[in-house]
Amino acid sequence: MISPKQDKSKTVGAPSATVPEKDEELLAAESEAEARQTSMITDIWHRLKRHRLAMAGLIIIIVLILTAVFASVIAPYSYRDQNLNQALLSPSRDHLFGTDQFGRDLFSRIIYGSRISIAVAFLPVIVSVGIGVLLGAISGYYGGWIDLLIMRMADIMFAFPSLLFAIAIIFAIGRGILSLFIALALVDWAGDARLIRGQVLSIRSKEYIEAARAIGMSDRRIILRHVLPNCLAPIIVTASMSIPGVILTEASLSFIGLGVQPPTPSWGAILNDGQRFIGNAPWMALFPGVAIFLTVLAYNFLGDGLRDAMDPFLKN
Amino acid sequence: MRNYIIRRLLLLILVLWGVTLVTFILMHVVPGDPAKVLLGKLSGNEVLVTKLQHQLGLDKPLVVQYFEFVKGVLRGDLGNSYKFKAPVMSLILERMPATIKLTFGALIIGLLIGLSSGIISAVRRYSVWDTFSMAFAFFGVSTPVFWLAMLLQLLFAVRLGWFHVSGFEGLRDLVLPSVTLGLIYSASIARMTRSSILEVIRMDYVRTARAKGAPERIVIFRHVFRNALIPVVTLIGMQFGGLLTGAALTETVFQIPGVGKLLINSTLDLDYPMIQGGVIFVAIIFVLINLLVDILYAYLDPTIRYD
Repeated sequence: MISPKQDKSKTVGAPSATVPEKDEELLAAESEAEARQTSMITDIWHRLKRHRLAMAGLIIIIVLILTAVFASVIAPYSYRDQNLNQALLSPSRDHLFGTDQFGRDLFSRIIYGSRISIAVAFLPVIVSVGIGVLLGAISGYYGGWIDLLIMRMADIMFAFPSLLFAIAIIFAIGRGILSLFIALALVDWAGDARLIRGQVLSIRSKEYIEAARAIGMSDRRIILRHVLPNCLAPIIVTASMSIPGVILTEASLSFIGLGVQPPTPSWGAILNDGQRFIGNAPWMALFPGVAIFLTVLAYNFLGDGLRDAMDPFLKN
Repeated sequence: MRNYIIRRLLLLILVLWGVTLVTFILMHVVPGDPAKVLLGKLSGNEVLVTKLQHQLGLDKPLVVQYFEFVKGVLRGDLGNSYKFKAPVMSLILERMPATIKLTFGALIIGLLIGLSSGIISAVRRYSVWDTFSMAFAFFGVSTPVFWLAMLLQLLFAVRLGWFHVSGFEGLRDLVLPSVTLGLIYSASIARMTRSSILEVIRMDYVRTARAKGAPERIVIFRHVFRNALIPVVTLIGMQFGGLLTGAALTETVFQIPGVGKLLINSTLDLDYPMIQGGVIFVAIIFVLINLLVDILYAYLDPTIRYD
């Protein structure tokens, strides 16, 4: 497992004569750790590839990302141009999924809606997991009153059902896409923090951490270099497992009118219209729901597969 | 055990205090002035705004407002709704029966379907049944509850006309909403039951029970099921928040006058005290139910030590 990176790090370290030898060794050890990381990823990928449902999920997600990126090319109509003469048309060759109450092409609106769905799956989840990992790592590593404080904060967060808390946040800071992202990012960190804290607690007592401390490494460096990389597997799994819930929460918020605001199309918001016209335009209630369902299903498949593939790395 | 319960109750006090603080802070970073929102078109009139702010106590320092608010909460007074001009507490209590019936119905349907399909799946592992019920569970956890509500409404109310499309007159109107919520809920119960049983079924005491010649039925129900249920009980508690918010969305689709629909409508009406009181109320219920479940868990599983 000797990587070319290892040589590179040596040549980087060597020219400067003032760099002590120990640092050079440290750099070598770190790049070796990087090599181990790459091997972990290939290892996981090999196992993930055999998971058929996970691969199906991955394909759906890739198609979805491509749809979001090329929405303006794929969508036959604009998502916002109204044409009241064409209102509430049932699905036809001209309008694959029919039209809405303003005569807007539903197919095009669902295509554009994938952008919100993709954005929601990544941005808030990254922020939320980031907060959870940071607080969890601090809590587990330092212990004491900081741990007590952070964990009691998590307890308080657990008292709010997540949709309810998201509603309260959006109510407080006003509607809009940024508020939506902030709300989604803030509702879920407590579970991640608890999980990472548990991981860190078990890693903290390992010999290599003691060794790192013995050679005088700073806490920050120990956490970033040794503790967190060893929590990588549970972090990835928890992130991927939280995506379906976040997408469903976004859809629910948009459905009740607190999420994405018109005319920006979001699947949840289209369903809100669909609800009002369920008697005479059932297609409006059908297609956006199928889109949400398939997306969430895809992330669930992938999350399940990732968890299975990472199983050997999940135990400390 | 007693120490554990005492510790949990102390934690409960802390959490409830945190809930009031977080909610209060959230409601007071609101960019708009509630007095101006209330006055609507008259909000340009400074005299009226100041007068109303004084009436609502909004001109007092935040700390004073917070203490008065907490004092109210302790007495069960959550303030007055702007929209209904009535106490928030009584508005919520009026709508509780509908929500309790819906949640209870969903809980029963969810447990029946979830537990039985989870058990069948695990006992007949890799059979057609297993595939079918796990596919069902995967679909269930991936379906937005309000969408399933709309689909059932479309099929059974709009098309077949078996039920009212919306509204709440009798228990009959709770069938579709309870089935909706119950189906979604059953999915996670089924998955948890299956994996929990599969874990227990590998245990030595199960092999012993089989070895001594106990009939399979006895092995499953007496030895496996009782032990496997324990993690499922925790899940039921954890999922309760989901059940409450799911109920809110279901109530919205079927126009059931429950607590959830009241809260969602209040956000659109900018009814600050209603939201503040509602959030606190739901959080308290949620915390209490989780406490109950945890204590039940401690009774169910004597091997767990809480010291």
